[in-house]
Amino acid sequence: MKKFVVSLAIIVAASLPAYGASSDAKAPVSETWKHAGFFGTFDRAAVQRGYLVYKEVCASCHSLKYIGFRNLPAIGFSEAEAKAIAATYTVKDGPNDDGEMFERPGRLSDRFPSPYANDKAARAANNGALPPDLSLIIKARANGANYVHSILTGYADAPADMKLGDGMSYNPYFSGMQIGMPNPLAEDQVSFTDGTKASVKQMSKDVVTFLSWTAEPELEQRHAMGIKIVIFLLIAIGLTYAAMRRVWAAVH
Amino acid sequence: MSAKSFTNPIIKWIDYRLPVFSYLHHEMHEYPTPKNLNYWWNFGSLAGVCLVIQIVSGIVLAMHYTPHTLMAFDSTEHIMRDVNYGWLLRYIHANGGSMFFLVVYIHFFRGLYFGSYKAPRELLWMIGVVIIILMMATAFMGYVLPWGQMSFWGATVITNLFSAIPVVGDPIVTWLWGGFTVDNPTLNRFFSLHYLLPFVILGIVVVHVLALHQHGSNNPIGIEMKGPQDSIPFHPYYTMKDMFGLMVFMLFFVYWVFFNPNYLGHPDNYIPANPLVTPAHIVPEWYLLPFYAILRAVPSKLGGVVLMFAALIVLFLLPWLDTSKVRSARFRPIYRQFFWLIVIDCIVLGWIGANPPEGIYIVIGRIATTYYFVHFLIVMPLVGKLERPLPLPTSISESIMKKKPGLAAAE
Repeated sequence: MKKFVVSLAIIVAASLPAYGASSDAKAPVSETWKHAGFFGTFDRAAVQRGYLVYKEVCASCHSLKYIGFRNLPAIGFSEAEAKAIAATYTVKDGPNDDGEMFERPGRLSDRFPSPYANDKAARAANNGALPPDLSLIIKARANGANYVHSILTGYADAPADMKLGDGMSYNPYFSGMQIGMPNPLAEDQVSFTDGTKASVKQMSKDVVTFLSWTAEPELEQRHAMGIKIVIFLLIAIGLTYAAMRRVWAAVH
Repeated sequence: MSAKSFTNPIIKWIDYRLPVFSYLHHEMHEYPTPKNLNYWWNFGSLAGVCLVIQIVSGIVLAMHYTPHTLMAFDSTEHIMRDVNYGWLLRYIHANGGSMFFLVVYIHFFRGLYFGSYKAPRELLWMIGVVIIILMMATAFMGYVLPWGQMSFWGATVITNLFSAIPVVGDPIVTWLWGGFTVDNPTLNRFFSLHYLLPFVILGIVVVHVLALHQHGSNNPIGIEMKGPQDSIPFHPYYTMKDMFGLMVFMLFFVYWVFFNPNYLGHPDNYIPANPLVTPAHIVPEWYLLPFYAILRAVPSKLGGVVLMFAALIVLFLLPWLDTSKVRSARFRPIYRQFFWLIVIDCIVLGWIGANPPEGIYIVIGRIATTYYFVHFLIVMPLVGKLERPLPLPTSISESIMKKKPGLAAAE
């Protein structure tokens, strides 16, 4: 019967990694992430640095529409800081009592404003390519954290025999080996307030950590609760096993 | 029903007017269960628990979900981010579906191995197959609700299958969609049916248990109980064993919900549905992959659809396709090997279903599909006739005593 268990394990293990595997792109490189694993928590400093990278680099083309300013305290900003960050954005509101739309500074209750009015405008500004919303990008790609990190650090010169499309960049980790997004990161592109050197790899790791948080803001609570439930269940398994043996003692 | 006399006056008063306590006593305590059930018999009650978990988590999710094409994806993210413990509810529900199928498939293969479908349990088995088919329909429609890419394209592919029906195919598909493409009316009716079907399943589960209690459980040696020495009351013996099994199963369940909640899903379903962009590979959830492989095994659309439904229909006929007089594969040396072959065959079909239909996958998929039908339609009737089964023990208690001779005196 052991074969049975093994077989069932195989059905899960063998069939699923095939999902989303694109045959033509290189497999993403594996990084270590502090939020991975049973006890994983977000590296607060990295998430905050990653937020800066998003704000100064990614946000010019990519929206983050499921994240509100009120979510920022969860990654270590104070409420006052979150309010101040919100106020630096201009948000379209309305209609007011005169029936007019108007602009006002952002509030905690606002979501991050999108860089383009709509998808068509986004495509028009990006050579026909649509920069995807980044809120869920880590969950929306197979092996998401490693994949996005590989894309961000994977730009290189195209092999001599490869002809790139108009406005495309070579990136071996992207399906089709060419990507519409120009290489977004250059050394020292942002200045981190904590003095961390802004290498491409550092910025990429940080922004991926930030985006892992935007994709799974519940991760820390989930891990902590899961550990407690595992402990509870281990005790319950012991108790129910003992109770079962005791009830069955007369039969055996 | 025995007239059990209760000492508690309130229970006595109620039971005289509405014999619920007598009924429970009869079906739980007096209900004789074979002594020798192994842990594979835990999966029936686990399946019941899974159904309850799905219904309870689903009812609460429905309080926060919006079945509209423009809002479904956002409302799912609203559940994940803004609803208190909404992420927990959704991950329980999404992974709970996989757990339910895993448990039911083990329950199914247990029945297949130990011959639980044979007389007088044919209807019990057939009702079980109805439950599996309803579960598939329910799970498929549930997967559409988040309105991600795989939701939309899965719905498109599966509803399009009906267009293979000659003459009336296209009008049927239009009728199913409520329009000329998968759109808001489709999502609305899928939500409605996804809420309805679990309660239909619940009703059929009650019938399944009624049919079970008529003749009682089968058991690992597959011979009927011959008297009180072969049986024990369901409660407390099997209630305690089921409780222990449930706790172990919960540990497995919790791993997925809390530590790997998206592994069993598809990343594309975190991309909002887009009718203009087709995903590179459209694949269903893992539990439907074997049937998806059978669907794609032949180049004809109608042929594939017929084969896929035939793969389910053939399960109804199992009690008559298996010609052996012996129930349990323990005493059937030849059949036992074919049993593992069909298990492996189903896994191979699942693996093929996850891969694109090209090159070697097509060949393997066709061989595996052929074997699936050969197994049920040819191997089972033939092996039952030709095989010489091992000698059967005379009774359940004898088989237990043989295993544990030292304990015979204690009995």
